Amino acid sequence: MSTEAASTPEVGPDPSAPAAVELTGITKRFPGVVANSDVNLRVRRGSVHAVVGENGAGKSTLMKTLYGMHRPDEGTIEIDGERVDLHSPADAIARGVGMVHQHFMLADNFTVLENVVLGAEPRRGLGLDRGAARERIREIGRQYGLEVDPDALVERLGVGDRQRVEIIKVLYRGARTLVLDEPTAVLVPQEVDELFAALQELKAQGLSIIFISHKLDEVLSVADDITVMRRGTTVATVDPKTVTSRQLAELMVGTELPSPQTTESTVTDVPVLEVSGLGLVDDDGRALLEDIGFTIHRGEVLGIAGVEGNGQAELVEAIMGMRLTSGGTVRLGTEDITHWSTRRRREAGCGFIPEDRQRHGLLVTSPLWENRILGHQTQSPNTRGPLIDRSGAKADTRRIVREYDVRTPSIEVLASALSGGNQQKLIVGREMSGEPKLLIAAHPTRGVDVGAQAAIWDLLRAARADGLAVLLISADLDELIGLSDTLTVILRGRLVARGIDPAGVTPEQLGSAMTGAGGEAA
Amino acid sequence: MTTTEVTPAAKNTVQADRIRRVALTLAAPLLAIVISLVITSLVLVSTGTPAFHTFKIMLDYAAQPRTTTLIINSAVTYYFAALAVAVGFRMNLFNIGVDGQYRLAAMLAASVGGAVTLPAPLHVSLIIGVAALVGAMWAGIAGLLKVYRGVSEVISTIMLNFIATGLVAYLLAPGRLAVTTTGSNNIGTKEIPPSGRVPGIDLIPGSPLQVYGLLVLAIAAGFAYWFLIERTRFGFELRATGLNEAAAVASGVNVKRMVLVSMLISGGVAGLVGMPQLLGSSYNYSLDFPAGLGFTGIAIALLGRNTAIGVAIGALLFGFLDNSSQILDLEGVAKEIVLITQGVIVLSVVVAYEIVRRYRIIAQQRDVGRSLAQPQQPVVAEGVTP
Amino acid sequence: MSTSTQTGTSDAGHTPDEDPALARRRAVTNKRYRLLIAVALGLVALSAVRVFSGAGDLTSGGTIGAALSLAVPIGMAGLGGLWAERAGVVNIGLEGMMILGTFGAGWIGWQHGPWLGVLAAIVFGTLGGLVHSIATVSFGVDHIVSGVAINILGLGVTQFLASVLLEGTPGGGESQSPRIPPLPTVSIPGLNDLLLPLEKHGWFLISDLAGIVRGLTTNVSVLTLVAVGLVIATYYVLWQTPFGLRLRSCGEDPYAAESLGVRVYLHKHIAVLVSGALAGFAGAYLAIVAAGIYREGQTGGRGYIGLAAMIFGNWRPGGLVAGAGLFGYTDAMQLRNAEAVHALLLVVALILAGVAIASVIRRRFVSAVISTVIGILMVVWYARTDALPDQITFMTPYITTLLVLALASQRLRMPKADGLVYRRGGSR
Repeated sequence: MSTEAASTPEVGPDPSAPAAVELTGITKRFPGVVANSDVNLRVRRGSVHAVVGENGAGKSTLMKTLYGMHRPDEGTIEIDGERVDLHSPADAIARGVGMVHQHFMLADNFTVLENVVLGAEPRRGLGLDRGAARERIREIGRQYGLEVDPDALVERLGVGDRQRVEIIKVLYRGARTLVLDEPTAVLVPQEVDELFAALQELKAQGLSIIFISHKLDEVLSVADDITVMRRGTTVATVDPKTVTSRQLAELMVGTELPSPQTTESTVTDVPVLEVSGLGLVDDDGRALLEDIGFTIHRGEVLGIAGVEGNGQAELVEAIMGMRLTSGGTVRLGTEDITHWSTRRRREAGCGFIPEDRQRHGLLVTSPLWENRILGHQTQSPNTRGPLIDRSGAKADTRRIVREYDVRTPSIEVLASALSGGNQQKLIVGREMSGEPKLLIAAHPTRGVDVGAQAAIWDLLRAARADGLAVLLISADLDELIGLSDTLTVILRGRLVARGIDPAGVTPEQLGSAMTGAGGEAA
Repeated sequence: MTTTEVTPAAKNTVQADRIRRVALTLAAPLLAIVISLVITSLVLVSTGTPAFHTFKIMLDYAAQPRTTTLIINSAVTYYFAALAVAVGFRMNLFNIGVDGQYRLAAMLAASVGGAVTLPAPLHVSLIIGVAALVGAMWAGIAGLLKVYRGVSEVISTIMLNFIATGLVAYLLAPGRLAVTTTGSNNIGTKEIPPSGRVPGIDLIPGSPLQVYGLLVLAIAAGFAYWFLIERTRFGFELRATGLNEAAAVASGVNVKRMVLVSMLISGGVAGLVGMPQLLGSSYNYSLDFPAGLGFTGIAIALLGRNTAIGVAIGALLFGFLDNSSQILDLEGVAKEIVLITQGVIVLSVVVAYEIVRRYRIIAQQRDVGRSLAQPQQPVVAEGVTP
Repeated sequence: MSTSTQTGTSDAGHTPDEDPALARRRAVTNKRYRLLIAVALGLVALSAVRVFSGAGDLTSGGTIGAALSLAVPIGMAGLGGLWAERAGVVNIGLEGMMILGTFGAGWIGWQHGPWLGVLAAIVFGTLGGLVHSIATVSFGVDHIVSGVAINILGLGVTQFLASVLLEGTPGGGESQSPRIPPLPTVSIPGLNDLLLPLEKHGWFLISDLAGIVRGLTTNVSVLTLVAVGLVIATYYVLWQTPFGLRLRSCGEDPYAAESLGVRVYLHKHIAVLVSGALAGFAGAYLAIVAAGIYREGQTGGRGYIGLAAMIFGNWRPGGLVAGAGLFGYTDAMQLRNAEAVHALLLVVALILAGVAIASVIRRRFVSAVISTVIGILMVVWYARTDALPDQITFMTPYITTLLVLALASQRLRMPKADGLVYRRGGSR
């Protein structure tokens, strides 16, 4: 099934050199699931090789194997033509493999310098030679165009800078092969361009890059080779010049890709959520939200686009009453709920699908029916007066499992035993019970496989058709554009570029607005 | 699409998990007891004492009616201490201050009890009420400090223990709250008149001693604990906060209020620790009122996994260890050996529980994976417009 | 290529054009000045109260010397706590490890001399640390639960061993050991004769300073010098060496450290073992220098006070020393002179006045009102009594701990992954 076209000899990898990385027949099993099964991957020296697949296809597991974080159950790894046995990340690093993780592995309370040199510290006698470290970091920065202040506290750096630090971290250790796990997930289009330019620079200096992503347009523009993974195994390796985004998507999914397009408008003019002048400050007095104002009507989906860290999480917490605001009002229907507790807001009809379901949405060590009660413990069918109504809760949980297609053998199972997609479906089902008026969906399909993703989009569309007001926060621009009736961009705690019509805007335009680099389409 | 009919595979999963859960819940404490017996034996042998002989002596002594009564009485006292700690543990709050709470409560309650005379039920209720109130307030200080100033309750409750010791010592002086008992050097509060005492129960046949009447209160407390934690909404929120505070906040729980209320309940129950002895045998608070019961309570709560039944069994076990070891002095064995037994039990039980917990989660994940493994499903859900 | 852009959260508190490195240096210097001023003001307040109340013991050489020797066990326990928590392991079991240490010092010390007693104490403490590290690091038990278990076990083991090994010893019994031969003390020559008369004059500020310096440099136990050396060594090792960086990374983000090949389990184990050793050393100090014997219950909660000192010091050695000094001072006061403790009420009142003023400046009015009210109560209490009863003074160090924690807890920053149960190969 592998189609390999010959590469053109201008600026490209050397076909005669041994492969930078060759994985053959890799299989990895975890309790309850086979994460990788007979995976084959060959990365040419001096090339950018993309590995694509949807959530849950096994890409991250494969890369963890390459990085020595766990051993494969079957199969071999060859680096620069030599068979290796990796027992830990230290082994992989010693072999020149460097990994830039999707979720940055940076200690907030340390400086850039300390994070970069950790584990490979330059010494002077018994002590740490900070001067030499500083010099080397600046040198790498100049060489590859990735400049950062070595003594800055990582906590204060923005997302783009943190990624730079991660890359410098691997270059500092002499990596010849870089693995980038979903590097553009948190970047806007302009930062993506900067990253790709840096990758070209690295390639020109003879480094090989493995690029994991599910963003097919980006991958087609930057990769020399693409390997597609599906359900834990490699499906095809293709030449980007000979394939379209649609074809790639079909290879990834095995059948046609669902899209989040909405059909006819269901927006009414009855306001459900009215926010005006909302502000929020942190403990040091810095403004995290400033003068936020918007209205969501019945049957309307308002999408908020923004780079992570610009106030979305705080906005969600403010509307749910989980944080104290420093000014402004929030109205639900005709009531002023600005000073209401989280409980009261939930009882009044605010549903919440949290961004981090394991942290904010579930009790992972409790059975499903107890999780059904969570967030609704003052409402039937979960409680009768001060007591828990076990049979009522269990019966309703069965209903949710049935109506929302939560794949589980029973409702007594612990939440931790369910896959991410099924956990999310349970949460959506729970939040939609009790007839909510407002639904806040924060990154609702993050970490969810394509099947569940399509189901959740359906559910959101159904909610909208039922007359709910939905506040949608997402980093997936396609999802935002596809599902929203109106779009707004949040930047540094303020709403900019309001009232965007999703029908007329492109991801690039949204991206500009998200970084404040330009105007937006009307 | 999946229906609500439970497939055979699913039924097996649930059953397997249920059996596993029961087996593992018992396995951990049993394992801990076995380990501590082994280690205790090793220590005994190393000091030249035959281990089996020692255990046999203890068991024989325990079977004597008088000792059995003492064991049950100790257990009653321990039970309150452990329940108090368990309430906190369920919420990830560590109330190490049970010791100070119960002593202060007992002393003040004894003083109040000795100062008035009321019809019996009222008198007893008053004393118990004062004890619970004082305990709750003392624990409440730590709760307030945690909620409003972010002070770790571990350190604050320990500090409050020492402060309570000082307060009790200060107040237990003639001229303040104490009187000298005629004919002895002992200083104590004024004795509680008969209307304030709780009669004992002749539970053990052949025993010259009676079981504390407040055994009844202990059983009631245990039931109330179970009901509150497992069956009420408040209990659900308490458990949720202990399991995952962030999720509890998102679900509408007012964590600050929860912390305060839990500390108050914990302290209130702690206040009752001294009541069985106070109202059942000593009738006043004096210098030799038992101390250190708080730490025993912590050990028992850990052993009993913070459940009403588990803690009861643990209390009986510790009661057995404490009382039957008294005979060891006569046999030339250092009776402090039981302290090692108790310490090792605590440590090995927490390790055992951790291992068991992890095993259960992995086993269940494997089961679910197996029972859901089905032939290729279409990835696209129904109703999606292409 | 473009230079670094900062989106969203950027360096707060500096003008957009200012070099962030320069701004950082300025902030640090500012903090140092503020600290110096606070210390100076504290000294002035103390001196003023001494002159006013005539309680010379507030700043006498004797008191300061006692404060120093009481501060050491607290500081060493706190240093143990610091090592463990900087690697991400909460060690509540310091008290139990300290108790083991006092016993080790007593049992070996009376037979084989003080230095071997110190060694034995360290070994005993380290064994306690080993149990804690196996439970928490290898098995993943909750840190606080394990610590409490260790306290119970440490006490039990000690009481058992004491009843077996100390029964029948000359001057000893199951609750105390025979006398341990003492360790030598050192003084800076000549300073005592120079400063003592100065101190006796009772002059404002000069005599106080004389007393303080005299107390810190006269008849100081060699073990105190070792302790000071340990503090300095800790600073150097944890903040200036690669090993220290790796250890601290385990407490900040163990998964990041793991991804870079740092052996997280190893560093945590080492940290907890060192923690136990330091607690054992603290126990040795209590038994050999402070009391001269092992006695049941002599730790008196100092393990926990040490943790409080560590928190007060923001998990840094310098702050820890300040915290230990403060607690040692209150400990010394309650052991010595009732008059001086009585005068402490005024000192507290003055400090609260300062806090109230600072609160008003920061517009935290509730805090200001509470401080003022309590301050006034303190003054009234002082005026209406002549002395504080023993049992109340006994409570001084514990009340101080509570107050300090209550006032300071919120502005502190502990290692980010402190208390996190880390499993290799897991995720955040």
